[in-house]
Amino acid sequence: MALTLDNCSRIVDGEVRLQDISLTLEAASLNVLLGPTLAGKTSLMRLMAGLDRPTEGRLLWNGKDVTGLRVQDRNVAMVYQSFINYPTMTVWQNIASPLKVAGLPRAEVKRRVEEAAKLLKLEPLLKRTPLQLSGGQQQRTAIARALVKGADLVLLDEPLANLDYKLREELREELPKIFAAAGSIFVYATAEPAEALLLGGKTATLSEGRVTQFGPTVEVYRQPNTLLTAQTFSDPPLNALPLEKRGDTLLAGEGLSWPATGPLAALADGRYILGIRPNHLYLKRPGGEALALAAKVAITEITGSESFLHLDFAGQRWVALAHGVHDLAVGSTAEVYLDPARCFVFDAGGALVAAPAR
Amino acid sequence: MDKPVNQKAWFLVLPVVLLVAFSAVIPLMTVVNYSVQDTFGNNEFFWAGLEWFDDLLHSDRFHEALWRQFLFSGIILLLEIPLGIAIALAMPRRGWTVPLCLVTMSLPLLIPWNAVGTIWQVFGRGDIGLLGHTLGQLGVDFNYTSDALDAWIIIVVMDVWHWTSLVVLLCYAGLRSIPDAFYQAARIDGAGRWAVFRYIQLPKMHRVLLIAVLLRFMDSFMIYTEPFVVTGGGPGNSTTFLSIDLVKMAIGQFDLGPAAAMSLVYFLIILLLSWIFYTVMTNAGRDRKARAHAAESIP
Amino acid sequence: MAEIQLRGLAHAYRPNPQGPQDYALKRLDHTWRSGGAYALLGPSGCGKTTLLNIISGLVMPSQGQVLFDGQDVTQLATEKRNIAQVFQFPVIYDTMTVAENLAFPLRNRGLPRAEIEARVRETAAMLDLTATLGDKARGLTADAKQKISLGRGLVRRDVNAILFDEPLTVIDPQLKWQLRTQLKQLHKRFDFTMIYVTHDQTEALSFADQVVVMYEGEVVQMGTPEELFERPAHTFVGYFIGSPGMNVLPAQVEGAVAQVGGQQLQLPRVYRDLPAGARIELGIRPEFVQAGLAEGLAARVERVSDIGRYKVAKLSLGALPLNAVLPEDMQLDGDETRIAFDPAHLHLYVDGRIVSGEGR
Repeated sequence: MALTLDNCSRIVDGEVRLQDISLTLEAASLNVLLGPTLAGKTSLMRLMAGLDRPTEGRLLWNGKDVTGLRVQDRNVAMVYQSFINYPTMTVWQNIASPLKVAGLPRAEVKRRVEEAAKLLKLEPLLKRTPLQLSGGQQQRTAIARALVKGADLVLLDEPLANLDYKLREELREELPKIFAAAGSIFVYATAEPAEALLLGGKTATLSEGRVTQFGPTVEVYRQPNTLLTAQTFSDPPLNALPLEKRGDTLLAGEGLSWPATGPLAALADGRYILGIRPNHLYLKRPGGEALALAAKVAITEITGSESFLHLDFAGQRWVALAHGVHDLAVGSTAEVYLDPARCFVFDAGGALVAAPAR
Repeated sequence: MDKPVNQKAWFLVLPVVLLVAFSAVIPLMTVVNYSVQDTFGNNEFFWAGLEWFDDLLHSDRFHEALWRQFLFSGIILLLEIPLGIAIALAMPRRGWTVPLCLVTMSLPLLIPWNAVGTIWQVFGRGDIGLLGHTLGQLGVDFNYTSDALDAWIIIVVMDVWHWTSLVVLLCYAGLRSIPDAFYQAARIDGAGRWAVFRYIQLPKMHRVLLIAVLLRFMDSFMIYTEPFVVTGGGPGNSTTFLSIDLVKMAIGQFDLGPAAAMSLVYFLIILLLSWIFYTVMTNAGRDRKARAHAAESIP
Repeated sequence: MAEIQLRGLAHAYRPNPQGPQDYALKRLDHTWRSGGAYALLGPSGCGKTTLLNIISGLVMPSQGQVLFDGQDVTQLATEKRNIAQVFQFPVIYDTMTVAENLAFPLRNRGLPRAEIEARVRETAAMLDLTATLGDKARGLTADAKQKISLGRGLVRRDVNAILFDEPLTVIDPQLKWQLRTQLKQLHKRFDFTMIYVTHDQTEALSFADQVVVMYEGEVVQMGTPEELFERPAHTFVGYFIGSPGMNVLPAQVEGAVAQVGGQQLQLPRVYRDLPAGARIELGIRPEFVQAGLAEGLAARVERVSDIGRYKVAKLSLGALPLNAVLPEDMQLDGDETRIAFDPAHLHLYVDGRIVSGEGR
């Protein structure tokens, strides 16, 4: 049971929503669509569901062309960001509704509803209506209703975005287990890289309607094939340092230069962009060969255990994430260090040349 | 959203198509037929071409009726829309008084139109009507059967009484959709009542108001029953609006040709004005939507 | 900017409150320093929005007083309190341009035109809105609209405090960073009294100098982000702040020895006279749990998740679940491991509240 998208594009009113999407989603897998708002996550999910037709390309389900198939004829379930439930029905009736539409016998309906309710911890709430529930409980009801159908494809469009962050954490813990038990293909859209990492499975990073990379989540995180993918998968934003390598020296803006050491020494001469994650921009010189640069402190944000330092360097705004409390004065100059072994190196076109070794 | 093509849908529409054909399309075609023919009775018809249309568009009687109609619709809109907005603003937004007000507002809309006409016809009479009699007692000389201005006054007041509720209910719905945060922010900004109305309530009621204006314009332009029951078109010609004139011609004088021509012209005028309104509405709507979609980053 | 003092403040939405459960806001005495950046942090329904609305005057408290710089403003209407409020979703006047939006509060107060123009330009420069001054406010992005809402508050000189009610809710996650740092920079530059309500710990901790954690209508702890992290005064604070939250382990404690998860542990301090029958718990944040040691408490490894810049290990100490944060390069092999708790960050809680022991 696999869903394949073959070169799908969707253009509406001259606007390109999706471009050249080719993906294969395996059975019983959790696939995360990661990207900022308007990157095309919702458009892609609607395409998979059959709510929209691709302008070009085909959709194949187990090798069979289903591009023209209506959404009612496909075995799909969807969960939305705004918890959508039938407001006048009880939780029990809400969960049972797709089964009633399918015409299943009463005993079977009862069994499946109770199973779903147990999985999502809704048993004490079965007689309430959605208006009497909290946000988290309403969303669980919506998820239960999506799961109870036993659909082959379950789509979740940023389902936790409207919940308090602690509730989000709890649900995020439970969801992978629930998904694994169900056995369908799950597609989960989110704008938060941390959420993708916590969910695991496979991730497809989207940017401006294109899928920039698709693979196991941790791999996409550690080996982004382009600068764009690395930036999509970074929160706080990735720091980018444009460099030129000439012989044994690295030249950066503002007349800075360093000897080319470590993995950078092996590069051919030319222009590169160094991608540094905020937690790899150090305040203390790390061991090994480090590059030092001076940046001006714009503001520091302390979050109890960590400090976010916003620095201005060569006309760019960088973010450094340091462990512990560092309250640097605004406008002061801070010495920060990069460890070349921990940086991503992209060529001038944005393609990955070197990634930090594991 | 793309809908896949399904030919079965045509069968579902068929009963409606047949119904509309019998009740509207075929009679309309009959009217068109009459409008280009002349008869001297005995069911003998001669082709008259556009003679009736020509006569009509040059007839003073038609121009006068048309002018009267526009004046009437204009007065109605000028009175009912601001009054409707004012009442909607004054209505409560919370509590048990809300359903009470809504029901009271709906009552005038539920009365059959000729009953409305009859009510006001009696109401305005100098001998047995409450209004007429009171005015007489106060020394005001009010007689709608003989004085043209009085006739206009009573018809306008009747229409305002009858239909302002529609504007009120539409505007009230529009007002209810404004989130509280806007009012709170306006308070914090130190805005007075008028500023709140002008900058928050009126812009947010924009769409509903357009619907209200369109509906009231069309209905007042077609008005027949109420003024006919009250004044019969009189005194003289003073309250003979377009539809009353049309009926006089068609049924009173049995001049089918001119009447048919007039009803077609009438139909085209309403069609044209409605199309203008509709285009303005949807263009304004599309412009807003397009910019909002392009600029806002929230799905 | 003003100092805001709350005296004996409490609020119940119903007219005749019978007991503590009827109060949306339980009795509160508190002073907000002038020019401070405060965050009200708590889950939905904890009373933080009620408290904000009481300070702004949109809600009249059923008990107690609100004082601005010593003056009682409890009965004073919102517009007289001179506060600025930024709401959850952007409130802008659709028919006006950006410049007219910013000028609106000043026009209502009858200021001369030249002064209005000068202040509008100044405020727009502060918020990076200068380029859009002539545009219609309606067509802008959500974060620009929120800046306009904020600008309408800043443009008035006489503002006592700026109140934020979950202002980043509708902002795109990529832009939340930018707006947050801009707010912080504004605060550092101009020293406004800012009170920021949120349920997001990152927003609260990164924005505020002092965070007030609320739970079920009560202020549970107030302190700097560091204090809340290092020494949570209540298990709720420990749970709510930190991702993942603090580990709370039921234990039996005698003096300086604790029985937890079927094992014995030496505590860094002595605890005497603990009330009998009370709920005794040890609290330790996952960041202070060291795993993969040569010796220590025995724990089972259930799962290790890679979050990118660190790893979260789900462990079990006997029957008790426990989280540990591991550095990004660390590997934890096998099903069993040995753990230790950083003594400086191991706390004891009685019925949810922290108890200080005596040094040894």
